[in-house]
Amino acid sequence: MTLTLDIDKPREKKPVVAQTMFLAAGLALLVLAPLFFYPVFLMKLLCFALFACAFNLLLGYTGLLSFGHAAFFGGAAYFTAHAVKEWGLPPELGILVGVAGAAFLGAIIGYLAIRRQGIYFAMITLALAQMFYFFCLQAEFTKGEDGIQSVPRGHLFGFIDLSQSTNMYYFVLGVFIIGVAIIWRIIHSPFGMILKSIRENETRAVSLGYSVRNYKLAAFVMSAALTGLAGGVKALVFQFATLTDVSWQMSGEVILMTLLGGIGTLIGPLFGAGLVVTLQNYLATSEFPVTIITGLVFMVCVLLFRRGIVGEFYNSRLGRKLGFEHRH
Amino acid sequence: MIFGIPLQAFLGQLLIGLINGSFYALLSLGLAIIFGLLRVINFAHGAQYMLGAFFAWMLLSYFGIGYWPALIVAPLAVGLVGAVIERTMLRRLYSLDPLYGLLFTFGLALTIEGTFRYLYGASGQPYATPAALAGGTNLGFMFLPVYRGWVIAFSLIVCIGTWLVIEKTKLGSYLRAATENPILVQSFGINVPFLLTLTYALGAALAALAGVLAAPIYQVSPLMGSNIIIVVFAVVVVGGMGSIMGAIVTGYLLGVAEGLTKVFYPEASNIVIFVIMAIVLLIRPAGLFGRDV
Repeated sequence: MTLTLDIDKPREKKPVVAQTMFLAAGLALLVLAPLFFYPVFLMKLLCFALFACAFNLLLGYTGLLSFGHAAFFGGAAYFTAHAVKEWGLPPELGILVGVAGAAFLGAIIGYLAIRRQGIYFAMITLALAQMFYFFCLQAEFTKGEDGIQSVPRGHLFGFIDLSQSTNMYYFVLGVFIIGVAIIWRIIHSPFGMILKSIRENETRAVSLGYSVRNYKLAAFVMSAALTGLAGGVKALVFQFATLTDVSWQMSGEVILMTLLGGIGTLIGPLFGAGLVVTLQNYLATSEFPVTIITGLVFMVCVLLFRRGIVGEFYNSRLGRKLGFEHRH
Repeated sequence: MIFGIPLQAFLGQLLIGLINGSFYALLSLGLAIIFGLLRVINFAHGAQYMLGAFFAWMLLSYFGIGYWPALIVAPLAVGLVGAVIERTMLRRLYSLDPLYGLLFTFGLALTIEGTFRYLYGASGQPYATPAALAGGTNLGFMFLPVYRGWVIAFSLIVCIGTWLVIEKTKLGSYLRAATENPILVQSFGINVPFLLTLTYALGAALAALAGVLAAPIYQVSPLMGSNIIIVVFAVVVVGGMGSIMGAIVTGYLLGVAEGLTKVFYPEASNIVIFVIMAIVLLIRPAGLFGRDV
């Protein structure tokens, strides 16, 4: 069960310099961005980018298409919002509660879903996430249709006031960088290599003696936990948690971000998220429904553009010159 | 009284369960047929169901064409749309991982639903029950609205008819053969690409037929498809897509299970199918009638 992933991480051989410069420029852009853009927009972007990167850990590097990641994103948002608002926990602990909750959910859903493969895996995750949606609709603590409103951002480590949007932005940026660094570390570890081997040829991985099930479940839980990190932070950024974040449309959105940016590339989802969030912001004021555009972009991507933006760049002449190699 | 529940309420929910089950059966049947040959999970199945209902509604409100013609015209129209989509776009994805088919049809579903939502709003449009099927009969132990009885009977006929076509006719044997080994079948001079188009059109038409049947019962709304498709996916996981009959039987069974849950524990009624799915996955991962694929 592999998607056509003829793209992968850039090989660290020749022009590492150019890539390091790209990385430095990117970081500088993110640090300076609040001077030019509305911070809440940037924070939203970073949350979704982390969400998409975490999702890509599963789709791009393990070859598992989950159609239920909204459960972890929205679930963590609820857990964090509840922990911070009702239990009065500080933001860092609140987010940890969200991450733990998402990991727990991931363990349950993952345990059930990995019993089937491919297309069934996608349908099972979708159905189980929908079940969680109905649970959130009826549970006490989620406050039903209203959601958990006016969640306090609180003080980070007790002294950094997160209600100030600049402080909040750098906090979100910090979380984002840590999250992506963790994903990078996972991908480049021996564990990550085994995940990729499962993606490429599951039967072979089994015959080599790896207990594929455990690896898949581990990858699923990690992806869910990192998704929870994004969801928990998002709850603090917007100061609410609602049903939107657990709905199946959200699961679809994160797939689109990943597909658009480039499945199986580390930073592709960042670009995909940027595009989708910008588009949503742009269309939010108009009457025109976003879903039509989303749907069309989906169709075009799948038909003509399966490598995604970053994947196409890696595969272009310039990209290869810079050492982002096209793997076959 | 059954288990402390009034007989009326019990039978009433059983009836609703059978109705829902009829739609689950029709939809999962279409999904199974399409998947069997195309290896594509048709996420747009819900949207095609919605299209069927909407075409019926448009025929009535713009052209004054009633229920009976719509029962034929709407599925034909949706089937034609399906054929065009298969020929122009879906076809390009067969050589790829099946997941791309799922993603493509997901995008298709979003586009169709978004468009209808834009044009007609999210609220539902009423569709009157055809005069010949209005009213109800008293069965002595309960009151049966004629239309609901019709839906159950007609969907059973369609399901069994489709099963017979696939299992007992020449065309069906081509379809089954092409499912097993498309290259070999093509080498016998059978036009497999055309079979694929036909199959997708047939699946889409079945969904649309379910939509027309549903129009007088539920409101005709752009969202009616996405609400049902996820449940149908769960039905398909429970049944396993290996067998056509399995899809049909599972559809009715789960509809009834859902209806009965409404009697005994209403809070759980909209998750019971997912719970059953989880249990089946634990006990029999390939599904009740599944040959694993």
